[in-house]
Amino acid sequence: MTTTVEEILERKSHAVTRDPEIAPTHDIRESLFELEAKGEIVVQRVPENHVEVKTKFGRTKKIPIDHTWHHKSCGQCGHIPGYTSSIFWLHRQFNLDYLDPTDQTSCTGWNYYASATSNAAAQAAVMSRNFAAAHETGYFPMIHCGTSYGHYKEIREQLVHHKGLRDEVRRILDKLGKPLVIPEELVHYSEWVHVMRNKFAEKQTVDMSMIRATVHPACHYYKIVAEDAIYDPDIYGGQRTATVTGTLEALGIDVADYSTWFDCCGFGFRHVLVQRDFTRSFSTLRKIEVMKNEVNPDLTVTHDTGCVTTLDKSQFSAKAHDRNVGIPVLSDAQVAALAMGAHPFRVVQFHWHSTDWRPFLDKLGINWQKYWDEFQGDLEAIRAGTKSGITWEDADKPVVY
Amino acid sequence: MPTTQENWNPGKKQDRHPEVSYEEKEKLFLEVKNDPRYEDFLYGCYECGICVSTCPSARFYDYSPRVIAQAMAREDVERVYDIISEDIWNCAQCFSCVRCPRQNNPGGLVTLLREVAVKNGLQETKDVLQGYSRVIYKVMLKGNQVSPDMLQPDFFPDWGPWVQNFSANMPVWRKAIPVDTLRGVTDAAWKTNRKTLLELYTIWFETGNMEIIKEIDEGLHDLLADVMQEELEEG
Repeated sequence: MTTTVEEILERKSHAVTRDPEIAPTHDIRESLFELEAKGEIVVQRVPENHVEVKTKFGRTKKIPIDHTWHHKSCGQCGHIPGYTSSIFWLHRQFNLDYLDPTDQTSCTGWNYYASATSNAAAQAAVMSRNFAAAHETGYFPMIHCGTSYGHYKEIREQLVHHKGLRDEVRRILDKLGKPLVIPEELVHYSEWVHVMRNKFAEKQTVDMSMIRATVHPACHYYKIVAEDAIYDPDIYGGQRTATVTGTLEALGIDVADYSTWFDCCGFGFRHVLVQRDFTRSFSTLRKIEVMKNEVNPDLTVTHDTGCVTTLDKSQFSAKAHDRNVGIPVLSDAQVAALAMGAHPFRVVQFHWHSTDWRPFLDKLGINWQKYWDEFQGDLEAIRAGTKSGITWEDADKPVVY
Repeated sequence: MPTTQENWNPGKKQDRHPEVSYEEKEKLFLEVKNDPRYEDFLYGCYECGICVSTCPSARFYDYSPRVIAQAMAREDVERVYDIISEDIWNCAQCFSCVRCPRQNNPGGLVTLLREVAVKNGLQETKDVLQGYSRVIYKVMLKGNQVSPDMLQPDFFPDWGPWVQNFSANMPVWRKAIPVDTLRGVTDAAWKTNRKTLLELYTIWFETGNMEIIKEIDEGLHDLLADVMQEELEEG
């Protein structure tokens, strides 16, 4: 039977609610519990304080609210630290119990996708060591990086399906004195942001209703092991992932659609570090310029390390070529924090971003110069040695704009 | 060999790498095919081109995830060698191609091909990764892919003049971050304790990861091995 374009468009005009009973994939969590029953692995349970959401095929996923072990992101912590500080700041505004560990390593997935200078056993052992470290504390892993999240989902599949790999990883973990732990759910921080969005809106002090934003959904969040991403019939009719968009809408932002939403950002892993001609071209010609031409947003928002970096940093050279660019780039966590009064420099750390963010803050009515001057005072005190650094004591209190 | 109008050879009838024996090419192909993950990544190909239509690299390079899936499925040893020596490093590893209606994972196939290229020390692979060694050094030794002190104008000139502010103000800007594990840290993304790093080094040695590095860059391997072994001996 031939399907016409009209039929497809008609079908897509209805919200989709999916039935998990007819999901095209096996629920991997059932396999985890079977392996646990055989004594092969330990499954760390989601803490009691959690919210249930629906994923792509209608299954239920538990998102922990607190008692979380924060698996930080290399690119966020290294190059855009306001991303990380905003995630923690949001937790602190609700007095939620969390752990910021020093016994966590990178997932090393960025390097693996960039250079392949590793193998399946090493990648699985790195993941399992991190999860065992979280399990030792009793806190549940919350993964900040989209690539770590996607990479770990893929490794979880491999560990479940290949006994030889499980045996090899257990042999290595034995040497470290750790068990093979896999959490009941793999949770990305943007899923926590998503389930907290209405709480954020209740504490919102900055009106964002005049802001138009575009959303770049992160590939490794919803394309790798696609069934684990959050979908909601009320957001894009349940036909795209709901994270980020749901958060922005809850904060009153007008989310505008654009034609290349499915395209990646152009990060490329190796490309962004040593072959940036591709990264610059793709991110500006296929993403930023398309957004600009089609909807001219005040801001674009995403939920992964590489996407924020690529979309933000690539715009300078495109501007030098007179391309139609110039959209500030933030993460969902930074936007939510700003909406609740986080200091633009002590917390959101705008100064690590490159594309001009000042027009965005001007439109919000935030006198960024005043807060920049205040931040300069902090820096002077640090330089003079009268202050060791900015602490949560300095940063916790929301600003009243 | 870059593709030009003269040597464009879509049917790949010519042997583009006569300097490499068929037996060597077949050995590499079989290494990929015998990887336990191979069967999870390739189920055949409808030739529909959905993977190509979503692929960012296909827009800017002479690159096609469909050709990779087809060449692997057809067990076209010569074509797979072209791919392993020329094409694989164009992939952006975004996994947009997993939209495949046949449930193929062309990005995953690229990962397997890359692993085999690295493990066998292919010269083209060494050339591609030459400028990347310092990142491998960082991630294996520090447990972080990137660090603040990498933000130097000579490394990121195309990010604009603002990059100079990162490097000029780095020590004080890093102290002005409220997160305890980030504050003041410039040579790593966050503070990692020594025990954790020793565990990471153990993983690199136990999984054969160090041997992989040796194949691709012996100097880098020796440097890493010296530092890690010394640290592990100190305990």
